[in-house]
Amino acid sequence: MMKYVNYERPSIDGKGLMMGKPGYTDDLAEQNSLIVKVLRSPHAFARIKSIDKSKAEALEGVELVLTHEDFKRIPVTRAGQGYPEPSPHDKFVLDNYVRHVGDEVAAVAARDKETAEKALELLVVDYEVLEPVLDFEKAYENEVIIHDEPEIHEMFPIGFEPKKNVAASYLMHIGDVEKSLKECDTVTETTFYTQAQAHVMMEPHTVNARIDYQGRLVLYSSTQTPFHTRRIVAQALEYPMSKIRVIKPRVGGGFGGKQCVHGEMLVSAVTLRTGKPSKMVYTRQEVFESTFSRHPMRFDIKLGAMKDGTLKAIDVEVLSDTGAYGEHALTVFMVAGSKVFPLYNKVDSVRFGGKVVYTNRTPAGAFRGYGAIQGNYALESAVDILCDKLKVDPVEFRQKNMIREGETSPIFEIMGEGTEGIAMTMETCKLDYCVKRGMELIDWKNKYPRKDMGNGKVRGVGMAIAMQGSGIPYIDMGSALIKLNDDGFFNLLVGATDIGQGSDTILAQIAAESLRVHPDEIVVYSSDSDLTPFDVGAYASSTTYVSGNAVKRAADRMKQMIIEEGALALKVPVEGTDFDGMTISHGDKSISLKDLSNRLYYNEDQKQLVAVDSYVGTKSPPPFMAGFAEVEVDTETGHVELIDYAAVVDCGTTISPNLAKGQVEGGLVQGIGMTLYEDVVYSKTGKMITNSMMTYRIPTRKEIRSLKVEFADSYETSGPYGAKSVGEIGIDSPPAAITNAIFNAVGVRIKSLPVTGEKILTGIQKSRQKGEKQ
Amino acid sequence: MKIKLKVNGENKVFDVKADEYLLDTLRKNNYVSVRRGCDNTSCGVCTVLINGNPAASCSYLSCKADGKEITTVEGIPEEAAKIAGFFGREGADQCGFCNPSMALTVYAMKKELVNPTDDDIRSYLVGNLCRCSGYQGQHRAIKAYLEVE
Repeated sequence: MMKYVNYERPSIDGKGLMMGKPGYTDDLAEQNSLIVKVLRSPHAFARIKSIDKSKAEALEGVELVLTHEDFKRIPVTRAGQGYPEPSPHDKFVLDNYVRHVGDEVAAVAARDKETAEKALELLVVDYEVLEPVLDFEKAYENEVIIHDEPEIHEMFPIGFEPKKNVAASYLMHIGDVEKSLKECDTVTETTFYTQAQAHVMMEPHTVNARIDYQGRLVLYSSTQTPFHTRRIVAQALEYPMSKIRVIKPRVGGGFGGKQCVHGEMLVSAVTLRTGKPSKMVYTRQEVFESTFSRHPMRFDIKLGAMKDGTLKAIDVEVLSDTGAYGEHALTVFMVAGSKVFPLYNKVDSVRFGGKVVYTNRTPAGAFRGYGAIQGNYALESAVDILCDKLKVDPVEFRQKNMIREGETSPIFEIMGEGTEGIAMTMETCKLDYCVKRGMELIDWKNKYPRKDMGNGKVRGVGMAIAMQGSGIPYIDMGSALIKLNDDGFFNLLVGATDIGQGSDTILAQIAAESLRVHPDEIVVYSSDSDLTPFDVGAYASSTTYVSGNAVKRAADRMKQMIIEEGALALKVPVEGTDFDGMTISHGDKSISLKDLSNRLYYNEDQKQLVAVDSYVGTKSPPPFMAGFAEVEVDTETGHVELIDYAAVVDCGTTISPNLAKGQVEGGLVQGIGMTLYEDVVYSKTGKMITNSMMTYRIPTRKEIRSLKVEFADSYETSGPYGAKSVGEIGIDSPPAAITNAIFNAVGVRIKSLPVTGEKILTGIQKSRQKGEKQ
Repeated sequence: MKIKLKVNGENKVFDVKADEYLLDTLRKNNYVSVRRGCDNTSCGVCTVLINGNPAASCSYLSCKADGKEITTVEGIPEEAAKIAGFFGREGADQCGFCNPSMALTVYAMKKELVNPTDDDIRSYLVGNLCRCSGYQGQHRAIKAYLEVE
């Protein structure tokens, strides 16, 4: 019987944060920090012929001006990934080329913001403006080469061909796709486009630096990857890693947008050169233009099936736009296949391949879903197109062809993230239940496919199934250290990175469950490269499964230590001694944990009890879900309203049901935003138009009327107390489920995101004209 | 120039520039619960109460606030703790960056609206964006705090 897992408990930090306690990076900057500001490129592509910094340097209050001439040319990747990274090393701290509007030209450190901003205006830059590549469909082998610098390189083969504007490429196949497609009764072929999406976490990217009293560089960074940050800063500045400490305080949201290094290299350079503390808080415009967004993709997808509704072949070619730099280029691309196509594991053949190209746009990076949301939209839309052509029910089609518990897909073995994958069987897969329950929650039987509301409005329902993963097997490592204190309470030190998802809370629950002590007795600290053990960070849906397993192992080890020390104190054999969370007992002899702890630290057999352990997944059990959307389309205006969304998720045990629900609800609304509202729009010269929260619209609470989220009863034995991860799965299904619902309502197939009234109205008018001609 | 403010019940005098915004004045003087999420009154993260009414401090000139009463979340500790309790129960805290501003706005709404409907609540809080929670947990928590069905 689980006591503190699957247990409703407020997050351990929510109250303090709501009451305004300082905790975020900028709350913890030194009061007298130099303000670091960056001069950013107004051009999409240009060579810097010269920078005259004399006037800026002469301005009173300016401490330092840095240009590319101040840095040795060391290419790095800003992607916070395991090492060696599957992303090309194609970025310099500062370079003599700028490759997108908002790219870094120079940095100024001054005593205050006003002086820094004034100094930026005094920098005189002579640019040779170059023709940019703005259309990703024209990037491949374009005569304009975005990355022509000799130093850049891949860390291992990822299909990197910069002379062709290719950051990465990939091809895999299972069976003979051409042959299977020929044998199919029906083949559909469709092209889909997904757009760039901005993360819009509420806390902008923020970092500050200082030199401590031991002469070490200390960074506070709003990051998802403190350990990768330490490594990348050390590499970029050729500074010893042992002299860098990265502290991740409370982080105000990330969603993948902080799985990278941005201002860290510049503030480190400023503080190392001046010896003074410095800080950088990105403006919202900088967050939009100069960090990352989601990779836009084009999918050319063919599905082949038999008349009876058996799916036989999946053939997909993808073109992905990584923007000016190749962070996460290959891995996001691969996840668009590896965490999507195993959904239909009974096919004879699969082919998945394509390229990730450079353009002169804001770089793409990690973003919740990480390719899976793009791939899911293409696949699950194509499945409904196929069902329509075959005249089969889309739910029955999925039930017939989808992956089930105990089954596998050859894709798992072939495709990993940047490397080969790992064969695995679905120990838990409650998709069947998720689909059935989702139908009930949305009232599919009465609502499918449409209902004319009689006022020019039509309602429709649509659905999609989705999967994600739980960490990257044999690569992602999490570790945990548990320390027993006098008086009998514990410290849990984890490298796992709480960025608001509540990992500190659920990791304490896992430790509490193993030790059978109340979670209040466990004091959690995350993450600090000096104090906490290594963890790759918060990404790839790894924290619950990978870091959670590490915590469980460490806590189990601690429990055994307590039993052994208790047996010693009681003068009884270890065998037959037990610890129930309060008391260590053997027969009628017992000692409380409190007494044992005080004995250990003050009286007899003195020693510190510390347990540490790590975990690397040997597989990545996917969470699954079924998503059902009900929309109302105004046939006069094309306007779409989301009436209801039902999501049923199999993520194994929910360590904290309320936090897991929050993850799914939050993911859903980001997915709904990408489907209906959000688009990163550029001018003809490559300037981002949607570079503020006024012009880039995320859903407000008015658009989100009803979300119904439930969890399937599921227990993954390889996970900590049966849990799989849940951070990303919620985002994947809305694009396909909502656009399928729109098709079911008004017969218009949306093949490019986001959905707009214009696209729907044009579609309605086209089908009306077609009807009139007939 | 010097301005006189009453912040959380305490009389304060701050030296501010003519073009300085209240958000910067407050943060500079260690009211760090007031935070910047955007630069143009779009996100609600910088909300404080000015004479009891929610306002975006990122675009409120400090000199304009001269003589006014400013409330940050530190000024309503009991209500904030209560609201936090309801948020916690729903798993609606998430990253917490905007939560002080949420607490202030919800507190102001409670004083202003009698028996608000779902739509009233959504309309009142529409300027408080959240990218983490999907709003549902917040909505359940706020209704529980307001004791409305």
